Amino acid sequence: MNIKKTALTKSIWVFHISAGSCNNCDIEILDCLTPRFDLERFGIQLIGSARHADALLITGAMNRKSVPRMKKVYEQVPKPCVVVAVGTCACSQHMFRDSYNMIGPLDEILPVDLYIPGCPPKPEAMISGIVKLVTKIRKSK
Amino acid sequence: MSHRVIVPIGPYHPLQEEPEFFQLYVEGEKVVDIDIIIGYNHRGIEKLAEGKHYDQVPFLVERICGICSSSHPYAYVLAVEDILGGEANVVPERALYIRTIVNELERIHSHLLWLGLAGHFIGYNTVWMWAWKYREPVLDMFEMITGNRNNYAMMKVGGVRRDIKEEDISIVKKMLDELVPAVDMFKGAVMDDPVIQARLKGVGILTKQQAIDWCVVGPTARASGLNIDVRRDDVYGVYDRLNWNVIIEKDGDIFAKTVVRILELYECVSIIRQCLDKMPKGEIDADVKDIPSGEGLGRVEAPRGECLHYVKSDGTNRPVRHKIRAPSFMNVASNKVACIGGTISDATITLAAVDPCYCCTERVAVMRKSDNEKVLNGWDLIKLSQEKTDKIKEGMLNARPQ
Amino acid sequence: MNIKEGIREGLGSKILDWKEHSARRIYFLIDQKDIVEVTKLLFKELGLRFSIATGTDTPEGFEMLYHFSHDNTGQFYSVRVLIKNKEKPEIDSIAPLFPGAEWIEREIWELVGINFKGHPNLKRLLLADDWPEGDYPLRQK
Repeated sequence: MNIKKTALTKSIWVFHISAGSCNNCDIEILDCLTPRFDLERFGIQLIGSARHADALLITGAMNRKSVPRMKKVYEQVPKPCVVVAVGTCACSQHMFRDSYNMIGPLDEILPVDLYIPGCPPKPEAMISGIVKLVTKIRKSK
Repeated sequence: MSHRVIVPIGPYHPLQEEPEFFQLYVEGEKVVDIDIIIGYNHRGIEKLAEGKHYDQVPFLVERICGICSSSHPYAYVLAVEDILGGEANVVPERALYIRTIVNELERIHSHLLWLGLAGHFIGYNTVWMWAWKYREPVLDMFEMITGNRNNYAMMKVGGVRRDIKEEDISIVKKMLDELVPAVDMFKGAVMDDPVIQARLKGVGILTKQQAIDWCVVGPTARASGLNIDVRRDDVYGVYDRLNWNVIIEKDGDIFAKTVVRILELYECVSIIRQCLDKMPKGEIDADVKDIPSGEGLGRVEAPRGECLHYVKSDGTNRPVRHKIRAPSFMNVASNKVACIGGTISDATITLAAVDPCYCCTERVAVMRKSDNEKVLNGWDLIKLSQEKTDKIKEGMLNARPQ
Repeated sequence: MNIKEGIREGLGSKILDWKEHSARRIYFLIDQKDIVEVTKLLFKELGLRFSIATGTDTPEGFEMLYHFSHDNTGQFYSVRVLIKNKEKPEIDSIAPLFPGAEWIEREIWELVGINFKGHPNLKRLLLADDWPEGDYPLRQK
């Protein structure tokens, strides 16, 4: 039995981490949960503890002070889990690439399953990204 | 016997502008000390700005904060225009009006956002969902006017980048008409609700003297009786030609801060309506070629308070020094006095009241623990806060004559 | 009394240079040793609001600007101080006068490397704990 297929394709519980973002992606993530988009219909829910999470949504440009904390959170998440880079900052560090306080892009720190670029990505883009990921996991063996 | 508990809040929480990390020291129910640790979001923007030319910087500074993404570029262009001889002398009339409209739309969306989060913290998730529902049309307006829901890229030195089309004006007006009843509902739901009053009145008080000493700005200061508002004091845009009021409350508690923000929503709506009516036709952008050497200061009343940019130019195409002071820098520090002496279940809403929009669902517990120190996480804290509301509700139901 | 006259009379010869960029933007230069007294007059006696301080690395030395806002008139006073000692820049702290100046002095201390004598709690504010000692990102290299 493919545990990924059973565990990660229904009612995904997400935990959200901001690692030096401008708050926009974070607000748009919350926006997905509020009445207009209402992702809770599909069982997608923000949860309070990383220990219950299926997916990590990571935003921000990887700040030197927050990356060690982010790694610790990642270690607490039960595996298998998916890591989603939300926003251009998390995908490629955006315009903060040259800053003195940044450590490389997210995929050099954690294995990333899904990139959602955009500054900030629209809620529709996030939903579409999650759907694509779920489809991909379902097709995998 | 004092049993000291450390409550770490942060740095990870989904609702926050800047990941901040609060360490509350509590004895029993009472908060005795607080340590504020920030820097989880430090991106070195002041240094990055020195490597960008004057036209690129607005795109950088609007990414300081996703909620104030027109206030920061606005303060920056004001600073550069101050070097050139002042906004009013450089920028065309129509652009001034467009700047004002965008700035006020931003205030509406930011205050609604705060209102929702405040509701969430005290266990009123309905208020959260409502507020964010009525915030969506405002974001639609932004998408229509500027092309993006956030990060509007409207400001440029010498004017604005996009015009507001004639046919859009009636749509914006219609949106405002629909927003007012929603704000009326919030006003009733929040200001007359006995449970919310019980939770917010007399909690997290920042006295007038404390507000002066901690140099707080914006709604936080106005709720403590300080009569300051950059829009009126150091006029920019077209605020001096419009009819509006500065909202001031005396009490300094969280209820006062909420009232200030709700009443400001009405002022925002009125300001935008007046702007749309009075807006003249014409150019939206002055051709600015060179920035002479000198220094300039720009101030804007962001939704959270005075936002200040200082730009020093040496005549080249890049600023030599760009100093940014966001309003939360002053407001967050004042939590130190507002929190101490309160109870732990009030801490979440007190910390959130200055609008750093903060909620930390969970953080990594790496605190050093001694035998009589216990670590609670942020989730426990929200639960405590919500339980308190439930208790008050129950008490009121029981007290009601059958 | 007019606030501008109040400042000029109160400080007298302490003002080394007075420059009015526009009606609402006023810069004046004072000596390094006078900063606490000047702040006392502006903040405590005349009731100006401390807005922020800026530290800049210039070829002549470190330039400190203390920005004070007079909200009734909208006038914005910037007190300029030049710290000529580039090897070991030091200035008296104004944080003992009022707590609102604590954070910005900590920030300037860690980013520009100016030492504030008498600051009650001079420790890192923004940078990570593992940031190398003696490396100040906002200094010109």
